[in-house]
Amino acid sequence: MAEKILMKGNEAIAFSAIRNGVDGYFGYPITPQSEVMETLMKEKPWETTGMVVLQAESELSSINMVYGGASCGKKVMTSSSSPGISLMCEGISYIAGAELPCVIVDVMRGGPGLGTIQPSQSDYFQTVKGGGHGDYHSIVIAPASAQDMYDFVDWGFELAFKYRTPVIVLADGIIGQLMEKVELHPMKPRRTAEEILRDAPWATTGKTPGRDRNVITSLSLDANTQEEFNRKLLAKYKAIEANEVKYAEYLTDDAEYVFVAFGCSSRICEAAVDILREEGIKAGLIRPITLYPFPEKEISRLAGQAKSMMSIELSLGQMVEDVRLAANGQCPVGFYGRQGGNIYTPEEIVEEFKKFNKLS
Amino acid sequence: MMSNEAIAKKKQKYMKEEIIIAGFGGQGVLSMGKIMAYSAIMQDLEVTWMPSYGPEMRGGTANVCVIISDKKISSPIITKYDTAIILNQQSLDKFEERVKPGGLLIYDPSGITREPVRKDIKVCSIDAIEVAAEVGNAKVYNMAVLGAYLKMKESLKMENVVKGLEKSIPARYSDLIQKNREAIEKGMERVKILSESK
Amino acid sequence: MENLDIKRPENIVYRKPALLTDNIMHYCPGCSHGTVHKLIAEVIEEMGIQDQTVGISPVGCSVFAYNYIDIDWQEAAHGRAPALATATKRLCPEKYVFTYQGDGDLASIGTAEIIHACSRGENIVVIFINNGIYGMTGGQMAPTTLLGMKTSTTPYGRDPKLNGFPLKITEMLAALDGTAYITRQSVHTAAAARKAKNAIRKGFEYSAKNIGLSFIEIVSTCNSGWKLSPVEANKWMEEHMFAKYPVGDIKDVLK
Repeated sequence: MAEKILMKGNEAIAFSAIRNGVDGYFGYPITPQSEVMETLMKEKPWETTGMVVLQAESELSSINMVYGGASCGKKVMTSSSSPGISLMCEGISYIAGAELPCVIVDVMRGGPGLGTIQPSQSDYFQTVKGGGHGDYHSIVIAPASAQDMYDFVDWGFELAFKYRTPVIVLADGIIGQLMEKVELHPMKPRRTAEEILRDAPWATTGKTPGRDRNVITSLSLDANTQEEFNRKLLAKYKAIEANEVKYAEYLTDDAEYVFVAFGCSSRICEAAVDILREEGIKAGLIRPITLYPFPEKEISRLAGQAKSMMSIELSLGQMVEDVRLAANGQCPVGFYGRQGGNIYTPEEIVEEFKKFNKLS
Repeated sequence: MMSNEAIAKKKQKYMKEEIIIAGFGGQGVLSMGKIMAYSAIMQDLEVTWMPSYGPEMRGGTANVCVIISDKKISSPIITKYDTAIILNQQSLDKFEERVKPGGLLIYDPSGITREPVRKDIKVCSIDAIEVAAEVGNAKVYNMAVLGAYLKMKESLKMENVVKGLEKSIPARYSDLIQKNREAIEKGMERVKILSESK
Repeated sequence: MENLDIKRPENIVYRKPALLTDNIMHYCPGCSHGTVHKLIAEVIEEMGIQDQTVGISPVGCSVFAYNYIDIDWQEAAHGRAPALATATKRLCPEKYVFTYQGDGDLASIGTAEIIHACSRGENIVVIFINNGIYGMTGGQMAPTTLLGMKTSTTPYGRDPKLNGFPLKITEMLAALDGTAYITRQSVHTAAAARKAKNAIRKGFEYSAKNIGLSFIEIVSTCNSGWKLSPVEANKWMEEHMFAKYPVGDIKDVLK
């Protein structure tokens, strides 16, 4: 039987990195995710798996260390929280432009600006809609438990290398701080130099006589070359949208009312659905697990069967825009959110649901 | 519409206890919750442990919500609790009203200037400072409180609590495990039931 | 003597380094970049480390350095090259890793990255081209622009009250415990270029000894930006740049 351990979501990220053959972690302290680097430093993986862990001088530097490490074909990652992710956006754009694989964990807190350190989900726009400059997407996956935090590191790298693209694990202060049971899967070794040569022939592993020099760059200068590259990226994004959508549904089969929520909100909504079901109201929930690619078809299907939908987010309403696009007028789409680190309870969601649907 | 019986049946199907532990930073609120969570895992139960975090950690109030269930736990965020373990006045003011009717409130009277007023819940007290003094280690204060809880609610077994202690205390402090155990046992003996729920 | 006789190996006294590609350089005539590229290519070739070297190119005129030296390259965002180099060297400690950065890249937007790479004692080589001006963007003031020097953003000359003072970043870095070798060179004469090449080679050799960061500043000309002919630019550099930025070794922990 796999080992089950009680740990925080943030700790799960660290243990998962060590146990899944990650080559390097580069980070900078920021609440509420500092336990990621603290756990790594305490575990000293450089003595066991050979994993490199380094505290950088800033998030600007840590994301560019990720750029450098990814250029070598290594499995490298960083983690931060909202203000730190803002600083990283330049680097993420370059990483997308240079087509490099990496994993970035964002344990969201309230903003804008320095904001609060309590949980929030207000980096949806920043991560899903770009963040950095230029025409690019990051794959964005949203964990809802400590187990997800553990599993999504490995899944994130799988996607990152499959598409040579940055993957953002979009968590929040609740998922980062919440302690739960985590099942540890068997250890995966780090890839050998030969495996890197095989899997990442584009990497800067040192120019040998047998091949042309490898250059990692996002620079074109020539308009036509750039356009050609942008269209290559588009084809990649189409493939991601076609193949990688992931979501979970709860009691949607006969649902007349559908909640849409990701991350911690999806769990709070699940409890709200239970309360409504007990009252005889046919409520259901769809949880987008991938935020980019967004489960557009599934939400459209549910919008076709539902009397209404409601997007529940710890923000002023960000994902709701995508829900409305997907619903495309088939049913009314409402929104309820809390901000600043305040968190709604299931009862509060039920109350807002009834207000929106005029059921009280 | 589900009948009342059906709802009651659905509720009976699984065990779920929602606990809030609240006090000052430094009273061992978070670690007490952790030991409870570890113990629950030893019993193959599901558990969530959600702390309040941030500047509150620095000497202000600290609280942690622990949910134990034999079924996957949905929301880790709740407003009503089956059990409230209260170690200072601010926490009593905040959480007394949030105990579900028929629920349990355990408090340490040494940090309290106003007694609990609820009549629809069970109220118990534990003089944990006295216990810690007897054991001769101020750090076991929270374990005396845990003992009181274990006596009142029998969802967690002592053997698993000890396993939980072993998980959270490094082996080189094995004498500390013994002291913690002593404090738990004394806490179990000393807990006073002040009123049953009406 | 026939052409073929001249090309006999024993008659060759000078040739293009094997690691310089055939791409036509985009640098202006008289620019120091081409010479420094050649020296780096020679050092890598002579040390036989082509397959073990990773270069990090900056943003600035030398952004296209990867088109000219036949090794693996990473092209960094403006100022961030030392961060890329840090991760590359730590993840691949057997590699020789160097950054190639201009004064805007290294001494302005990238000050945090270079200072902390030096402070951590990363075992990398940094080649720092200081020509006192932003070349690529059209001759704006750099942190190393001399007082009184005219640029497109100091059209009346650099005024310390308005623009602050020239930054002697190399001397600053020498004060950091993590640096092993710090030197300032130039490439405006054959003799100077020979010295600069020796310094670059020493930097690469030191980086394999794991004793800290090696930093080679090359005081350079930008005759286009300075609006001087190549010959005049060299003269101006000797008279003015060297006064503020004197050439020679500043620190060598093995001496």
